[in-house]
Amino acid sequence: MELDPLVLSRLQFAFVVSFHAIFPVFTIGLASYIALLHGLFFKTKNPAWDRLSLFWTKVFAVVFGMGVVSGIVMSFQFGTNWSNFSQASSNFLGPMLSYEVVTAFFLEAAFLGVLLFGRGKVPQGVHLFAAIMVAVGTFISSFWILSANSWLHTPAGVELIDFRFHVTSWSEAIFNPSFPYRFMHMAVASFLTGGFVVAGVSAWFLLRDRDPEANRRALSMCLWLLLFLAPTQAVIGDFHGINTLEHQPTKVAAMEGHWETSGNVPLLLFAIPDQEAQTNRFELGIPNLASIILTHSIDGEVPGISEAAPEEQPPVLIVFWGFRVMVGIGLLMIAVALTGLVLRLKGRIYDKRLFLKGLTAMIPMPFVAVLAGWIVTESGRAPWLVYGMMTHAEGLTPSLTGPMALFTLIGYVLVYAVVFYAGIYYLTRVVRNGMLPEEERDTTDENFKRPMRPMSAAHTPFDDDVDPVRS
Amino acid sequence: MEMFDLTLVWAFIIGFGIMMYVLMDGFDLGLGILYPFAPDEDARDVMMNSVAPIWDGNETWLVLGGAGLLGAFPLVYSVFLPALYIGVFLMLAGLIFRGVAFEFRFKSRRNRRWWNRAFCWGSAIAAFAQGAVVGAYIQGFPVENFAYVGGAFDWLTPFSVLTGLGLMAGYALLGATWLILKSEGHVQDWAYKITPMLLALVLFVFAVISLWTPFINPLVWERWFGNIQLIWIFPVSALLCAFVVFRSVQKRREGVPFLATIGIYVFTYLGLIVSKWPVIVPPDYTLWDAASSPESQLFLLVGMVFVIPIILTYTAWTYWVFRGKVRVGEGYH
Repeated sequence: MELDPLVLSRLQFAFVVSFHAIFPVFTIGLASYIALLHGLFFKTKNPAWDRLSLFWTKVFAVVFGMGVVSGIVMSFQFGTNWSNFSQASSNFLGPMLSYEVVTAFFLEAAFLGVLLFGRGKVPQGVHLFAAIMVAVGTFISSFWILSANSWLHTPAGVELIDFRFHVTSWSEAIFNPSFPYRFMHMAVASFLTGGFVVAGVSAWFLLRDRDPEANRRALSMCLWLLLFLAPTQAVIGDFHGINTLEHQPTKVAAMEGHWETSGNVPLLLFAIPDQEAQTNRFELGIPNLASIILTHSIDGEVPGISEAAPEEQPPVLIVFWGFRVMVGIGLLMIAVALTGLVLRLKGRIYDKRLFLKGLTAMIPMPFVAVLAGWIVTESGRAPWLVYGMMTHAEGLTPSLTGPMALFTLIGYVLVYAVVFYAGIYYLTRVVRNGMLPEEERDTTDENFKRPMRPMSAAHTPFDDDVDPVRS
Repeated sequence: MEMFDLTLVWAFIIGFGIMMYVLMDGFDLGLGILYPFAPDEDARDVMMNSVAPIWDGNETWLVLGGAGLLGAFPLVYSVFLPALYIGVFLMLAGLIFRGVAFEFRFKSRRNRRWWNRAFCWGSAIAAFAQGAVVGAYIQGFPVENFAYVGGAFDWLTPFSVLTGLGLMAGYALLGATWLILKSEGHVQDWAYKITPMLLALVLFVFAVISLWTPFINPLVWERWFGNIQLIWIFPVSALLCAFVVFRSVQKRREGVPFLATIGIYVFTYLGLIVSKWPVIVPPDYTLWDAASSPESQLFLLVGMVFVIPIILTYTAWTYWVFRGKVRVGEGYH
């Protein structure tokens, strides 16, 4: 079998970025939640908020640490596997990615240490300020990276001369047409992820009757948040889709499994797209619904996949099903949030065990939805790396061979498997250990000299037979 | 607008960043390399404790340098990384493993043996790969039309293996002198004992490299045996520093060996820069060929001017907080 460096590099990038993405998508939402808890404690002085913020800060520390580790790899991927692309787009993407890194470090340098280790050592107001700045910083960081990504989908403010992009307008390039929608969609996705994880973990604690006071509060506020955000996300997603229809019609056609341009387009619930035959098998759909959703008119015309030549079409099967997974989970989220409202009206959200178990089972769902969504948008851009301007094949490192790419792909899979097995295992232990009772909190001065690194904020031992003195 | 040359400003920033990285991550990678030779597990605890609070701040400079290169000198980024493809992977894998080992070694007992190994091998591989990068830089890269056109293992030559091993020895020397500064008792005795041996090894490798380089590279030959004799001040100063390291270890001074080792690095680094200046992607491309557009450099400079002082302040503050000796059985966790 011929090893294709292009396919392997795309697989490698997809793997590395997917692994990386699950951490920030959670920490962005969680950082805001922690800031909110700090604010509530500051205002009400109720120690339950303090217990919650201490617990979630520990979780934040571990997840943030893993995000940083996997992020280091990302900053080299563009050069190793996509050097032509890096060289061509550096005038714009270089500063964007650098600003992302710089924001992250600025944040870590200035405020993360205070948030993680300042409890009881800095005034409460300063601690609250640090928590807010960390939350703001995560958004500034995602601003840069999502702007860079959106530019790949809807390039603007540049001209391509001799295979090199030159920026003609920084504001047009940064605020390119798809950026506001993508940023909103991702921000709400982060809040939903944080909300479902916190709700699920609180439900898990409530099922075991651990710190019911704090966990009831956490669960209640999360359910209010989700009730508002889950439907909002559907609306934002709709706007995002219409924006995509304008700028990347082929991607939307692939999402809908819609091959030939026509009106009265049905919303397909099930189909097996066949790229070779340029058609679907086993279609099952709701008549006219896709036309209504995309054009807001019952017989609106939607361009089909075949508007693009077969070699310029994205992999329809992946885009089609990725989209259904994302939307399906989105609908499930709305259903869960509504169930919460019904139970709340009956006064039973804290003791309906089936509901609490359901919430615990929902914990992985937002992550799956986010990854599915990214797979839709990134695969849907294919074969373009910079939409309409540069293909993946043109952006690839010319000297890269199949065996080299295979070697590093396997290598990254192995490295990440070990590291993230350890990380997730450890995170599970941190969560299971739950919230420490008041008297076991460390607020002595001696601890102030502890290392100011993310993971050292969590004191849970890695394995069972650890020496208690050391942990 | 042409008040000052942004490319030179950026050359200074990147050059400074690389120097900071080499010095700061150098000593903690060096401790990882020395790890298997430590006299006992207590010494290993002290070694790790002495860098645990600061190592990830040290690696900040690596990521900053990588992203800065893409922004300011994209040609360097898009030639070096493909040319060193396998080496870059090994370096990143090494850095990841040792980073995770830092976090989990202290939190585990049953699995500690494995985290020890991850720390040592990760450090050694990362150090070797970085040294090989230096060797590959001195050798130069086949580049056509702004893209690397060589093979996967062109960088792996006897010369780059030598520079790889040389940097391992150099990092170990930095680690040993750092340990002299930060430890006491039998751990410090051990550090005093190994420092002269490491120094001899480093001097030997540096001597071989210095003699070898002018012969594989006519530009370097011309630079050193041409008209500008002032540049000999760098190797002479590096040798002087080496002598100070040797003398101060004999006198059992605590801070001077580390500072003098830093001196060896700084002068060797300056020597390397004057050998190649202004070529950044050898053999043909200069800093100005490799630069991104002035607007991009300026746009990014605004952020850097703001952030670099903050990172430096934070770094200095962290070192200040964790100053003093690390004793057996105390410190971290």
